[in-house]
Amino acid sequence: MAKILIPTPLRQYAEKNNSVDIAASTVGEALASLTTQFPDLRKNLYNDEGKLRSFVNVYVNDEDIRYLQKDATAIADGDTISIVPSIAGGRC
Amino acid sequence: MLTQEEVSRYSRHLIMPEVGVEGQEKLKAAKVLLIGTGGLGAPVAMYLAAAGVGTIGLVDFDVVDVSNLQRQVIHGTKDIGKKKIDSAEETMRDINPLVKIVKHDVALTSENALAIMGDYDIIADGTDNFPTRFLINDACVILNKPNVYASIFRFEGQATIFAAEGGPCYRCLYPEPPPPGLVPSCAEGGVLGILPGVVGLIQATEVVKLILGAGEPLIGRLMLYDALAMRFRELKLRKNPECVCATGGMKLIDYDHFCGIVKQPEPPPLVNEIGPKEVKAMIDERKDFILIDVREPHEFQIGRIPTSNLIPLGELPKRISDLDPNAHYVLHCKMGGRSAKGCDVLRAAGFKRVLNMTGGITAWSEQVDPTVPKY
Repeated sequence: MAKILIPTPLRQYAEKNNSVDIAASTVGEALASLTTQFPDLRKNLYNDEGKLRSFVNVYVNDEDIRYLQKDATAIADGDTISIVPSIAGGRC
Repeated sequence: MLTQEEVSRYSRHLIMPEVGVEGQEKLKAAKVLLIGTGGLGAPVAMYLAAAGVGTIGLVDFDVVDVSNLQRQVIHGTKDIGKKKIDSAEETMRDINPLVKIVKHDVALTSENALAIMGDYDIIADGTDNFPTRFLINDACVILNKPNVYASIFRFEGQATIFAAEGGPCYRCLYPEPPPPGLVPSCAEGGVLGILPGVVGLIQATEVVKLILGAGEPLIGRLMLYDALAMRFRELKLRKNPECVCATGGMKLIDYDHFCGIVKQPEPPPLVNEIGPKEVKAMIDERKDFILIDVREPHEFQIGRIPTSNLIPLGELPKRISDLDPNAHYVLHCKMGGRSAKGCDVLRAAGFKRVLNMTGGITAWSEQVDPTVPKY
């Protein structure tokens, strides 16, 4: 099982869960399983062409999957997948 | 050279070998620009002034509002209505009259950014919106100045240093902003008042380390802080070889356009909207319509319109089958944004008579019933 951490701004689309345990062998499979479980997350994570949105990054442990094998990045038991969207707040 | 007064004031720095007289002189000579004097800017400005950073620039055009005081500790109750840069300057002068404070009473734009930022060594981004964050990043890349970055949302913060020599920039991490409306803003989502204190002081720490050349700067690392879990995590940030900061030719653009913010010359068609006063009249005349509040339950608890029915926007698609598609609906939220989306959801499901109440419960409070608190 790998753990997917859901960031605060996206929890509203994932029934308020802050993390979800998922059995999958690649990042792509894990995210597909996640968005099947929570369909509202899909439009926040993927654009109309089905590509990961460019203001959302996905990390396996501390490494950005763009510098690994992207969706095909293998995940092992105990890995943590982080979804890291851009947030803008600060002055507000 | 440090004066005798400075030696006394900074003695706890001077007796540490990592700072010492040499480090304190570097702090005195440093010029740091803080963009935004809100939640993040407040602690950064206060501590950098206290630490003896010689020149501190402040960029802000906003005035202090009572709702700022829950977190913007540089401003006080007596400052409500004052310009934030004036209120901030007053607090900083009280903390340390020896530092020079330069006030820039403007909104940072593509036209003025390079001129304003050009006078400083280090930029600290404490703004609250994507267009300005991309502008600051791009200007820092062009000027080759480090951007000490932080942002916050509810209980979470992010911090790093962008555009340092050889390091990644904001666009390496996020090539594009989210389309408007997809990610909630702080005004919509809220923020724990203490959070910008913790995250802002990470920023201030990194500013001081950059000036001193001490320790390991937060370059190529994104620090994530979760206040609820009380956990810090660190992710690797890499310079993207395909990013414009690496390939060259960065230039400043129209950032509102880039972020999908469309300036509307005319107000949108009014046929789908209704003002709070007209809604009040409909209630008084006992018109046959259903008023739906699409905010979250905790917002509903703050204040509500008596005849309203709560269906949070996120639950609307699931609850649609309970609603009569032939009935007449008015939707409202806090300011009108979420309810406009709710109207779209209902219309897409074939509902014909759906109106959005403009300005939300905030406008209701201003125009109809001031006993309903604004938040």
